[in-house]
Amino acid sequence: MSFERRRSGAVNGKLKSGGTCYILSVKHCLGNKGPIAEFSRWPKIFWRKLKASSHKDLGDRMKQNRINQNVETQPASDVDKGKKRRKTSSAPTSETSNACQVDWGNLHYDVILHIFQYLPLVDRAYASSVCRTWNEVFHMPELWRRFEFELNQPATSYLKSTHPDLIQQIIKKHADHLQYVSFKVDSSTESAEAACDILSQLVNCSIKTLGLISTARPSFMNLSKSRFVSALTVVFVNSKSLSSIKIDDTPVDDPSLKVLVANNSDTLKLLKMSSCPHVSPAGILCVADQCYGLRELALNYYLLSDELLLALSSEKHVHLEHLRIDVVSENPGQTQFHSIKKSSWDALVRHSPKVNIVMYFFLYEEEFDPFFRDETPVTHIYFGRAVSKEMLGRIGMNCPRLIELVVCANGLQPLDDELIRIAERCKNLTAMGLGECEVSCSAFVEFVKMCGGRLTQLSIMEEVLIPDQKYNLEQIHWEVSKYLGRVWFPDMMPTW
Amino acid sequence: METHSIHWFRKGLRLHDNPALREALRGANTIHCVYILDPWFAGSSNVGVNRWRFLLHCLEDLDARLLELNSRLFVIRGQPADVFPRLFKEWNINRLTFEYDSEPYGKERDAAIKKLASEAGVEVIVKISHTLYDLDKIIELNGGQPPLTYKRFQTLISQLDSPEPPVETISEGKLGKCTVLVLDDHNEKYGVPSLEELGFDTEGLDCAVWPGGETEALTRLERHLERKAWVANFERPRMNAFSLLASPTGLSPYLRFGCLSCRLFYFKLTDLYKKIKKTDSPPLSLYGQLLWREFFYTAATNNPCFDKMEGNPICVRIPWDKNPVSLAKWAEGKTGYPWIDAIMTQLRQEGWIHHLARHAVACFLTRGDLWISWEEGMKVFEELLLDADWSVNAGSWMWLSCSSFFQQFFHCYCPVGFGRRTDLNGDYVRRYLPILKGFPAKYIYDPWNAPDSVQVAAKCIIGVHYPKPMVIHAEASRLNIERMKQIYQQLSRYRGLGLLASVPSNQNGNGGTIYSMGDQISENNGIVQSHTGGMTMGKRELEHDTTVGDDVESLGQKIRRHCDGNNEDKQDLNLVSY
Repeated sequence: MSFERRRSGAVNGKLKSGGTCYILSVKHCLGNKGPIAEFSRWPKIFWRKLKASSHKDLGDRMKQNRINQNVETQPASDVDKGKKRRKTSSAPTSETSNACQVDWGNLHYDVILHIFQYLPLVDRAYASSVCRTWNEVFHMPELWRRFEFELNQPATSYLKSTHPDLIQQIIKKHADHLQYVSFKVDSSTESAEAACDILSQLVNCSIKTLGLISTARPSFMNLSKSRFVSALTVVFVNSKSLSSIKIDDTPVDDPSLKVLVANNSDTLKLLKMSSCPHVSPAGILCVADQCYGLRELALNYYLLSDELLLALSSEKHVHLEHLRIDVVSENPGQTQFHSIKKSSWDALVRHSPKVNIVMYFFLYEEEFDPFFRDETPVTHIYFGRAVSKEMLGRIGMNCPRLIELVVCANGLQPLDDELIRIAERCKNLTAMGLGECEVSCSAFVEFVKMCGGRLTQLSIMEEVLIPDQKYNLEQIHWEVSKYLGRVWFPDMMPTW
Repeated sequence: METHSIHWFRKGLRLHDNPALREALRGANTIHCVYILDPWFAGSSNVGVNRWRFLLHCLEDLDARLLELNSRLFVIRGQPADVFPRLFKEWNINRLTFEYDSEPYGKERDAAIKKLASEAGVEVIVKISHTLYDLDKIIELNGGQPPLTYKRFQTLISQLDSPEPPVETISEGKLGKCTVLVLDDHNEKYGVPSLEELGFDTEGLDCAVWPGGETEALTRLERHLERKAWVANFERPRMNAFSLLASPTGLSPYLRFGCLSCRLFYFKLTDLYKKIKKTDSPPLSLYGQLLWREFFYTAATNNPCFDKMEGNPICVRIPWDKNPVSLAKWAEGKTGYPWIDAIMTQLRQEGWIHHLARHAVACFLTRGDLWISWEEGMKVFEELLLDADWSVNAGSWMWLSCSSFFQQFFHCYCPVGFGRRTDLNGDYVRRYLPILKGFPAKYIYDPWNAPDSVQVAAKCIIGVHYPKPMVIHAEASRLNIERMKQIYQQLSRYRGLGLLASVPSNQNGNGGTIYSMGDQISENNGIVQSHTGGMTMGKRELEHDTTVGDDVESLGQKIRRHCDGNNEDKQDLNLVSY
């Protein structure tokens, strides 16, 4: 790659105007002001670009880009100016002559690399067609550490997929550079299969972060367990330094977790596996027993055991930062929930005093019995279905570490006493959300008065608040705002 | 010079508070009141038979009222752009008047007609009377952007003068010396068409629950006010089993078609409030129903993509599922959830459902259970709902699906519990789903949980006579809340554990800051705090931390950034990292 060749490239008028424009877009990006135009269509353009890469084509497209930018960021008169400027680009105005003096092709690799890091893939692809240096920078490993594969089918999704050619290029050229990889799949089985296909080709990789994300109905669950597990274990076996894994709603099983532990026990820090029905309490216990660096764990309640909490509290184990527990039942009365001993919770909090324990409940009212009978160190609670008044009473009694409470629905009895008790006893509470519940306006004002300004999040549906002798809805906005020290309104829904 | 006017009716199908029509009459020698419809389009359009029937009622009523004034309504078959040049010539027209239409499609159509008119030497007079305010003024007051929260909207209009009072009703005196040449073959040429003529099969069509027309609208307004006066309570009534049913005081379809002037309603309400409460300053909440409508008109007026997710700058891109089978079950009331199915049946039969019932079915279709795009739901409402206006319909769907306007997404309605709380006895369900008549109240909202003996006694076996529930609500809402959280965390760049804090606030001043997220951001910046769901990045290699500029970032940028997805904003991808 000779200096001359690069220069001769830069003398080309069309290219130059493209170059100027390109720098414009960099400026916008750095300034975090302007959007980069036309992402939605990028894969097509990108590939046409990479394949055809004719200079004229590039120049024209760059112009197009520039017009878009002008329209977006400048008043109309400037657009006109911009057009004129391009027409007369051979006659040097102050701006174009500046651009002439800079040899863009001769910038140092590091500088280009630095700039490229702020650019979306589509712009990097444009830029890579400018000259060899830029093209080489385009392929530098630093720019391929992170990738999100989007796999959607036209029949099931409104969103586009990552272009298959790009996927092939990445597998061929950049697989060993990938470190942070995620797959977003729609609800079709084909998409989940495509994700597994890619996974099983990632043989020479050293992935640190792997996320399998279902954007609609979880489609990994449609795959046969063996198909899924064999693809997943390719990554488990070949990447010896996995640290973060998100595999919620997948058919992962105990043996594959064993493979994970056998290869990555020193590095694993985060494991999210909510709603993985093929994992047993013993399977997760094996992870906790051997991965001493585990700091974040998400799982379903049926996997939670006293042994697991004790394993996470062992001396060798680092402090746990987050524990997320989903408590789900599909048919009322059919799931019997066990309880966790207070001593196990105590051991966990003694070992990891700052641990956040997040519990999401999707239960029928009658299934709540085993929960919160004793003091529980939970910090965030979300009740996704109706929860009884009695249960909320227990929260006030037994959850002193509570930070956030969200109640989607409750029966028809007002929650006045329960709220007051929560305000009294949950001294860390900073966020509260109430959906289909009822609270009298007086009790609510009292609750806010007791909590005061520490309530940074307070989201209450307007229908929740029942006017009484003391306050109507208009007045409650003033009262609550007064005690919070900021303007507050209940959440409203359109009356339409 | 003689003046020959056409008043073009579109919405605003009334003689009271019709400023454009008054302009048509001012000093005119002749006037033609026209309504243009395309019979071919009628049959093939997405609008259902109930809505067409309502419109035809309105036109019949208008024709009858004009006849009382010795005039007639001219219903012209065709498209406005084809029709007007011909009419201008035929009737020797030099003045055209119509009511201002704020919606992007309407504005485009009207601009074309204005051009045609000016080419034909016809003066065009346009008056605002479908909305309380001049929407452009609201937008101007907000710095050129439409307000995106209702609170912000309320703040803006409280800074504006009160709406203009309604103008005087057109009466015989007003028609004055203005004559209309009505030919003998008027009914054949210009009469209001029948549903059959528009290609609808009317066999077995029930009598209209909501009869259209200005006469009916004014009667209802009186009833509405009498009832309010009697109750002497101006707060929003709490929902109960009774409010689910079509009420003879309901006004929304009449406001939609302009059989009732929103300004007349506004001033009558004000007078009544002042009289009863003996105060001079009614609260804004008094006008809730009118202001919500106004809010969505304002949000939509400059946004031709307001009814779409793609290309709509205020709509969050959500990876909705495409699922025609599930959509059809919802639209036809066959979800297996009696509460949802009863509402959809009422909608199909009668053309109106209570606003909380709308929330229930909209939530169920989108973020609550089925995860299907709000656009699909909006189209079904457009077909069935009498008061579905383009702006209000699309805006409400975006609101209810949490696709815009910064909603708390945890407010999901339970398709069992919500019904039970509203109508414990289940009579509403039995009324619209007679097949479930035999179920006791205990099981009416979840009949699949009824023991076999109860199902047999009710003569309705679930899975045979009535469908089993198409989704498991607990499971669907678990998945969907995760999904919404992931999307919102990305939008707000919130990295904490809280669910509530992941809804972005709108800090650029055009929305009013309701949720403060600043403190969470600074606490958690750079540390992985990703437990509750969306995986977020903490330590970033090689990447630029753009959260610094967050507070100056506009809403549009937030949404766009989100839309840009994978390629644009790597540093904010939902990846786990250590």
